[in-house]
Amino acid sequence: MTTQDIATQSMNLNSVLTKQAKGRPNEISVTVENLNLFYGQQQALYSVNMEIPKKMVTAYIGPSGCGKSTLLCCINRMNDLVDNVTIEGKVLLENDDIYHKSVDVSDLRRRIGMVFQKPNPFPKSIFENVAYGLRIQGVNDKQILNETVEHALRSAALWDEMKDRLNDNALGISGGQQQRLVIARAIAIEPEVLLLDEPASALDPISTLKIEELINELKEKYTIVIVTHNMQQAARVSDHTAFMYMGKLIEMSTTRKLFTNPQNKLTEDYISGRYG
Amino acid sequence: MENIKIGHHISGKFNNELEDMRNKVLTMGGLVEQQIKRAVTAFSTADLEMAEQVIKLDDQVDTLEIAIDHECMQILALRQPAAFDLRLLVTAIKIVNELERVGDLAERIAKMAIQLSETGSNNRHEHYFELVHMADLVENMLHGALNVFARMNVEDVTLIMDMDENVDREYASIIRQLITRMMEDQRNITRMLDVLWVARALERIGDRACNICEHLVYMVKGEDVRHLTQAELKMPKKQNLSN
Repeated sequence: MTTQDIATQSMNLNSVLTKQAKGRPNEISVTVENLNLFYGQQQALYSVNMEIPKKMVTAYIGPSGCGKSTLLCCINRMNDLVDNVTIEGKVLLENDDIYHKSVDVSDLRRRIGMVFQKPNPFPKSIFENVAYGLRIQGVNDKQILNETVEHALRSAALWDEMKDRLNDNALGISGGQQQRLVIARAIAIEPEVLLLDEPASALDPISTLKIEELINELKEKYTIVIVTHNMQQAARVSDHTAFMYMGKLIEMSTTRKLFTNPQNKLTEDYISGRYG
Repeated sequence: MENIKIGHHISGKFNNELEDMRNKVLTMGGLVEQQIKRAVTAFSTADLEMAEQVIKLDDQVDTLEIAIDHECMQILALRQPAAFDLRLLVTAIKIVNELERVGDLAERIAKMAIQLSETGSNNRHEHYFELVHMADLVENMLHGALNVFARMNVEDVTLIMDMDENVDREYASIIRQLITRMMEDQRNITRMLDVLWVARALERIGDRACNICEHLVYMVKGEDVRHLTQAELKMPKKQNLSN
């Protein structure tokens, strides 16, 4: 091997390492600016500032009641449905303020889909579950519906299992399949952002791994934000991780850094199971 | 991050497992320190019994290496540690590897002492004083590195690594003198080559102590300082790939 070969090899290695360290270009999908949230008199979020990178997976971790699900719900205005909620600050999708009075919440939720802890398929057929979002948008063309349902089920790694039972009731399939069906329903309407609130916490280990694999594939097309109590899951699936504690964002960085070398003692104590 | 402690986990059993693993590493370090000290004494005083002790100690060192590796792997698999705990375990695995190699070097010095004694060529010689001095330096380095591991405080780590320059200087000086001796009288060549080998082993121990210090910086601060120059190491903060 000549000196030039070694130099070339070294440059290639550097380029690979730099790519690994930086990930994709840092385009921002969702920006949270100085967000405060109150349930009545009780403040649940304190001046949260955060940028969620596009087409990457961002995980929220933290103890129960720290505000991670509340923050997640703020991103597609699910808290609008809660009584006595006061929200201050901004949440921007691309550059649009989602709390602006001109925003159509239904349209917002088409752009930002959400999947909950417990699978919640509708008591309809598998096909109709996935086609539901399109139907309420007025799409009734059978060919478009067929193509979209197949594409969504394929994207959710469910097509092979479901293609022969599309007319079966969705409530009759397993919990893991139901959760992937709900994800298929969410991505059938091509959202920009997918919010996952503990999507695998009610599932067995194999179904959990399938969901995690699915998340890894979906991030090629969607920005994903996931709330999880399972820190190993956050470490496995996410590119960035935010640690929240008592309504405050304590630390947010790349997952690799947060789990190997966190900068804040609270984060260190939490992820290593210490009580400080 | 300051005030890192092994204890304070919610799981007391996890605390005990980490503490036990750390104690084993320190015990192994203590044994290896004894190996170096006794090996150099055995070589310089032609003490066969002491040389045998060094070889026996190596069995204990090897057993501890395997035990610590197994414990670390078990903790990694069962506890899935993060942050400092993860760095501690990864560092422990690396440190015991370095210590085991240091033990091997000490064992080879001891075997050299036995071999030279048996051939009757290990008469006291002025070069041995310099070897003993060099051995003192590397013992101090290793002792300092083990202290850093025990206290989890890397403030003194650059001082320890600076000592390696003195070790290298001593090594170069011994080589020069040995070459002179060999040129003066060719009958000295075999014996001088043996002395040279011992000096080389001590120099390698110094390098291994430096490696341990680098691993310890990663353990405590999370910064990967391997392959940095001394000057780069002393810079306030270097952006590196681990970040």
